[in-house]
Amino acid sequence: MTIAEDPATTSPGYKWVGTRMIRPDGFEKVTGRARFGADIKLNGMLYGHVLRSPHAHATIVSIDTSEAEKMAGVRAVITGADFPDPSGPAGDQDLQRNVIAREKALYEGHTIAAVAAQTRAQAKAAAEAIKVVYEVLPHVMSVDEAMAPGAPLLHPKLMTKGVDPAPTEPSNVASRAVYQGGDLDLGFAESDVVVEGTFTTKPVHQGYIEPHAAVADTTPNGRTTLWCSSQGHFTMRSLSAKVLGWEPSKLKVIPAEIGGGFGGKTTIYLEPLAVRLSQKAGRPVKLVMSRDEVFRATGPASGTKIVGKLGFKNDGTMVAGELWMAYEAGAFAGSPAGAGSMTALAPYTVPNFLIEGFDVVVNKPKVAAYRAPGAPMSSFAVESLIDEAAKKLGIDPIDIRLKNAVTEGCTATYGPKFPRIGFVETLEAIKNHPNYQIPLGPNQGRGVASGFWFNAGLNSSATVHVNEDGNVIVVTGSPDIGGSRASMALMAAEEFGIDAARIQPVVGDTESVGYNDQTGGSRTTLATGAAVIEACRKVIADLRGRAAKQWDVALEKVEWVDGQAQHVEGTQPPLSLADLARGWNRTGGPLTASAALNARGVGSAFSTQVVDLEIDPDTGHVTVLRYLTAQDAGRAIHPSYVEGQLQGGVVQGIGWALNEEYIFDRNGKMENPGFLDYRIPVASDMPMIDTIVVEVPNPGHPYGVRGVGEVGIVPPLAAVANAVDDAVSRRIRDLPLSPVRILDAILNKDS
Amino acid sequence: MSRIQVSCTVNGDSVDFLCDADGSLLNALRDELGLTGIKEGCGTGDCGACSILMDDELNCACLIFAPEATGTTITTVEGLADGDHLTPLQECFLEGAALQCGICTPGFLVAATALLQHNPNPTETEIRYALAGNLCRCTGYDKIVRAVREAAAQMREASA
Amino acid sequence: MKYFAPSTVEEAAGLLAQPNTKVFAGATDVIPQIRAGRPEPDALVDLKKIDRLVSVQRTDATWVIGAATPTTRLTGNAELVAEFPGLVEAAGLIGSDQVQSRSSLGGNLCNASPAADSVPAMVINSARAVIATANGGTRTVAVEDVPVGPGRTTLAPGEFVVEIEIDRPPARTGDAYLRLTPRTEMDIAVVGAGVRVTLDESGTVTDARVALGAVAPTVVRVTAAEAALIGSKLDDVALAAAAAAASAACNPIDDKRGTIAYRTHVAGVLTRRAAVIAGQRAAEKNGASR
Ligand SMILES: Cc1cc2nc3c(=O)[nH]c(=O)nc-3n(C[C@H](O)[C@H](O)[C@H](O)COP(=O)(O)OP(=O)(O)OC[C@H]3O[C@@H](n4cnc5c(N)ncnc54)[C@H](O)[C@@H]3O)c2cc1C
Ligand code: FES
Ligand code: FES
Repeated sequence: MTIAEDPATTSPGYKWVGTRMIRPDGFEKVTGRARFGADIKLNGMLYGHVLRSPHAHATIVSIDTSEAEKMAGVRAVITGADFPDPSGPAGDQDLQRNVIAREKALYEGHTIAAVAAQTRAQAKAAAEAIKVVYEVLPHVMSVDEAMAPGAPLLHPKLMTKGVDPAPTEPSNVASRAVYQGGDLDLGFAESDVVVEGTFTTKPVHQGYIEPHAAVADTTPNGRTTLWCSSQGHFTMRSLSAKVLGWEPSKLKVIPAEIGGGFGGKTTIYLEPLAVRLSQKAGRPVKLVMSRDEVFRATGPASGTKIVGKLGFKNDGTMVAGELWMAYEAGAFAGSPAGAGSMTALAPYTVPNFLIEGFDVVVNKPKVAAYRAPGAPMSSFAVESLIDEAAKKLGIDPIDIRLKNAVTEGCTATYGPKFPRIGFVETLEAIKNHPNYQIPLGPNQGRGVASGFWFNAGLNSSATVHVNEDGNVIVVTGSPDIGGSRASMALMAAEEFGIDAARIQPVVGDTESVGYNDQTGGSRTTLATGAAVIEACRKVIADLRGRAAKQWDVALEKVEWVDGQAQHVEGTQPPLSLADLARGWNRTGGPLTASAALNARGVGSAFSTQVVDLEIDPDTGHVTVLRYLTAQDAGRAIHPSYVEGQLQGGVVQGIGWALNEEYIFDRNGKMENPGFLDYRIPVASDMPMIDTIVVEVPNPGHPYGVRGVGEVGIVPPLAAVANAVDDAVSRRIRDLPLSPVRILDAILNKDS
Repeated sequence: MSRIQVSCTVNGDSVDFLCDADGSLLNALRDELGLTGIKEGCGTGDCGACSILMDDELNCACLIFAPEATGTTITTVEGLADGDHLTPLQECFLEGAALQCGICTPGFLVAATALLQHNPNPTETEIRYALAGNLCRCTGYDKIVRAVREAAAQMREASA
Repeated sequence: MKYFAPSTVEEAAGLLAQPNTKVFAGATDVIPQIRAGRPEPDALVDLKKIDRLVSVQRTDATWVIGAATPTTRLTGNAELVAEFPGLVEAAGLIGSDQVQSRSSLGGNLCNASPAADSVPAMVINSARAVIATANGGTRTVAVEDVPVGPGRTTLAPGEFVVEIEIDRPPARTGDAYLRLTPRTEMDIAVVGAGVRVTLDESGTVTDARVALGAVAPTVVRVTAAEAALIGSKLDDVALAAAAAAASAACNPIDDKRGTIAYRTHVAGVLTRRAAVIAGQRAAEKNGASR
């Protein structure tokens, strides 16, 4: 459905929306009571351990588990053979083979087998006693290697989709996405200035602090309960069921609290293994990854290679853009090359363009979504090139973006027309902020970049119950990663006109609320919020009806104001929510309603950011001095958590820009699978992250909400690179901008 | 492998547990004593999610062999509040939205408690360096640093 | 596996006579190494219950620091900080506050990582390691003679370090240690440089020590850089010569943390900067009571 237009959109004056309530789950989270995935413990529970491939690419010749099965405490051992070979689409086979290898190990860390035993130590010892014979195969670790003629193939039947004519030979290129418009040759011919370059980025990990965990309990009659911390327990149910060869209804998934996901907890790794082990052992089984396993086996974001070229008129008008982009998918098809292609030039009106995105398999862990998947890399190339052009043309970096910025009614490079959007507002907010005028010292630089990301809509359900005391329970199926319970409570409070403290938001399991797609795609406040609003409105309609009945008046005579039913002429004493709840025996029973929707009306999110940094010219070390981000949130339901999303995304982006990267040795083994050498920013690396929350209401949402979770990570890569160039006059097109790389650029002046 | 019995004081209670010689204190506290407020983010001292106070010193429980706890006094996140009476740090974390997913929060609260015991009036830089052993991937640290600063101010005021 | 917490050096030496027994102090290297799959010993011996190994003492001429003393006891010792600010800063760079409740000089030295931060700082202060030998005695060696390569030391089986001895510095002496890491904290040195200088009343360097970390399989003492500083007033020419000598003394590798070129260049940069700080510290101690 399309979310109903509501006068509230045009006349804010909200009482709860936009306030900073204390989150409903706060007490549990600051006292250590909140239960995350690894905190679940059941009676008789066994501990699992996963055996992983030590090779980047190898044929599995044989697996001998006999020794392991005999060891003390061991209750179950499983391999790929314990799962049905899915006959369905290639995607299902890939899903299953990523969970547990069958014919081949395709990356170091690929699951080969798993054990359940009475203690962790026993499980580990038994896993190590499994004898696997491998035949090591040559591996490919970059898009260049993978796309080279004669490259070793990961999948012997992989045919590139999206090329015409269709290829007859398999390759490591899974697909090609193309977006084009106008006449490229003409565009470049018309250009006064052309900037071009080749950009590379390394795989980076989402870096959530909570490792993956799953606990499964299978009863002999096959009913299974699964506890896991994920971004969507309904998705975990359907994906796990696919791998197990089950109907989803056989599985009940109970969401544990989730310790960060950023897209990385939208797919399954341990869940089907825990279920199968539990089924085989007849006991509950818990599987928890170590940090090392998280790095080696779960979703990084793609490494990329992007060749870009942009053409401009002397006045800064962008007239042509060409991008060739190859994204590493990891071991199975499915990189966000398509989304990267769609977003690359989306913020700008460019009449002539050709964008090609290739999805390329390599012998690395299969990539998973990471905040605005695909967009940061393509934006890094485009926003770096725009910066170069601005410098060449002598135009302020904000002005050149203003000159080309999309506004309402513009057609995006990926097709649709933009509705009301707030991109220009973010640019102006930065331009008018005092930070943008602060004079810089020697070796200091300022960098600007913008970014775009979609909001997903997808499916959401919510159920609203009124308790007999007039308090309200709001059940959704969207895990709360960053304070969404608070947003749900605020929206319900606004609808009912009661104190938000009287709303109890609950994240229900897969059997206590309707289907919900996962928390991701910046969709929860938007879409699940819309379902909550709709369910609240149904209950309110019911409440009004009951008041009308009680007063024996027509429904139109009853309005709902500030938590009570009022007679429009004031001829009756108002009936509060509690009054009506107390009387429900006489008016038709308990008060409850559900809503389910497939959200459309989704908005578009834009962000513009500016960073000031200082470089030590003798060591290449970067200090971030100040950071300012302006993002269009549509309407900030809980401003603190909106700011938090903005700040968190920025800092992840800074990490990506400066120091984060997967490092592999020549055998394809990861060399830095821990937080000491995979360097996410620490507190002392960062300044405060200043935020400007721009509010250009999304016309498609009752309160004007836009998703805010993702776009913040898009601009930092280029913003930092642009600032480095500003500080030391070196355009570096390869991330990360580590001290080693920056010093090299400084010393080798011609690079 | 014979298990070792360890007696110590945790959050004011005298407790005993059994452990292996090379078992980590983190696993012992979580599995044997059910103190799952302490989190494992890495198991190798890099993230601070397992921060505890042991004999008033800030430590990573994952970097301690469980038998070493014998005779010590340990405070975990579960021991910070007095019933439903939260500490100023806990209050300020809530007020200031200094947590998003909350997995890092127990470690930050314990580390910040240690900081404010030694330094009641830390600068922003001191807070950032003192908390550098605690990783947070959600917040970008901004609101955490502000919450600690605010709690410090409240605590100074209360004791003035 | 067994766990022991002896209370005397003799008891510990006795336990270490058993094969495949490992001592530990803070375990901040031992535990991550076990987690990463290093073979486990049959027995662990905790050195922290031996008073002598967790004490910091000063006599008229010498500081004696127990090999297992946690770093917090060094950073919290104002007198030690005043006499060896560089050494204490180096120890205070190790890990986080959490790690420093545990990490020790003995562990940092015997773990024998080329990037160990406190080791160059100990070397420039001519620190000595007092080692308990298997026959119940002790022997004393220069700290730089303990590590011989990544993860390897000259300690014989059954031996362990009891304490670190450092002579108190002469007047007008200052030390400094700097390292380069991509992050501000929680990182392992890509390059480390320690410099100590002693000045005469006119500000001329009469004695100098320079040592580098993470640029070779072990800590590197750079006598050529020392020679460049001695006799100078830490002027540009002398500093440049010391920096060049430091770069020349590097024998690094390309690895996940840095390149040969980077390490070589930055070793010079940090040597120069550390020399300047050491010189300032030495000058500030001009006419100090000691
Ligand atoms: C998160 C983190 C960050 C770190 N950052 C740094 C850093 O910045 N710089 C740095 O240099 N190091 C760093 N380290 C490594 C480590 O903390 C230091 O090397 C520390 O000084 C080791 O001391 P320890 O007492 O914990 O050693 P342990 O782990 O107890 O021992 C280390 C090794 O030395 C042996 N050993 C210990 N004591 C003795 C003794 N008295 N005699 C003989 N052998 C002995 C042990 O058998 C073992 O092989 C870091 C570690 C972690 C976990
Ligand atoms: S779990 Fe102990 S520091 Fe990460
Ligand atoms: S709040 Fe999620 S890691 Fe800190």
